[in-house]
Amino acid sequence: MINADDMFRTFQPLREDALVIVTGTAGKHWADHTTKQNRDLNMGGAMGHTTPAALGLALGLPDEKVVLFDSEGALLMNLGIIATIAGQAPKNFVHLLMDNECYATTGGQPVPNAQDINYAGMAKEAGYAAAYSFDNIEDFATNIGKIMQETGPVFVAMKIVPEVENEPIGQRTRRPTRSRAETIRTLREELGIS
Amino acid sequence: MVNQQAALLRPETLIAEFKKIGVTHIVTIPDSETNYLYELMQEQDWLSVVPASREGETFAIALGLSVGGKVPVCLIQNTGMMESGDSIRGMALDAGFPLLMVVGYRGWNRHGVITDTAARYTEPFLNAMGVNYYLVETDEDAERISIAYEEAKTNNRPVAILVGDEYHGFNRI
Repeated sequence: MINADDMFRTFQPLREDALVIVTGTAGKHWADHTTKQNRDLNMGGAMGHTTPAALGLALGLPDEKVVLFDSEGALLMNLGIIATIAGQAPKNFVHLLMDNECYATTGGQPVPNAQDINYAGMAKEAGYAAAYSFDNIEDFATNIGKIMQETGPVFVAMKIVPEVENEPIGQRTRRPTRSRAETIRTLREELGIS
Repeated sequence: MVNQQAALLRPETLIAEFKKIGVTHIVTIPDSETNYLYELMQEQDWLSVVPASREGETFAIALGLSVGGKVPVCLIQNTGMMESGDSIRGMALDAGFPLLMVVGYRGWNRHGVITDTAARYTEPFLNAMGVNYYLVETDEDAERISIAYEEAKTNNRPVAILVGDEYHGFNRI
């Protein structure tokens, strides 16, 4: 399995000017590595719907590369989106899935059929241009640079070490995060969108 | 005697309204009653049609398009709208951007008793979500689409158009 913090550290130098959206428990680590906050977007708001929001962004900004770090629990809530993405075939879209096989934020309960789903296989058969699976950081590091240069939509499934949270919600330590509205505002300023 | 043909809502009328308000993308789940509209939309070179797999996706896709400076419309049926409750909440209402929802009013009828629960719950659903709506039945109602979009822009909220002509010509030339 891949440590999410290591994965984001590996990805960061390869980002170039891509717009980056993260979701899920593991996504919090991106904040420790990003160097272009104005190009980071928080598109959360309803579980399972960050993925279509990222698709909308890719369709709305076809000259920008859009990179989504998705989670398997969220994707399963809205699995039809992989057909929608494949149908639109955005060339500027890279869809990475952080699969920790569980709902980490609710105590680590397994997602349905957690260990036996082939997400990359589903994406490829749905019609993504390419799909890959990684379960160790070495293979991810070897390949992600080339993958980032491919024509999308590209899907990358990664087995991620779960970071299970069991404390009551009110007692958890929360790191400051930028609100969705703030990230949208700064991105639109960055891109000159009125 | 009422001229039935003149009382129709023509798909061309909707297309003209979309063009007038600057719509760039129609995010939609096609249904049999709006098939001709779907075909007509695909013929417009200024309009992109984005077929979704489930109605809840349409609001999130619309949010992403809006962030990118585009003008999306969600074109769905009332059944799918109700399935989309959490997406309407989290991706449309909470995000706060101008969004026109064009919703096929399945089961609605001006006359007699409405037996289809899809129609019975449509307006209570919109009221519960705090989404204002306008009924459009014929070409004469079409300007309500522009009015609804102006309201959406003013308030940065979704506004719904309920298409009440679904079974009476919306799918015909």
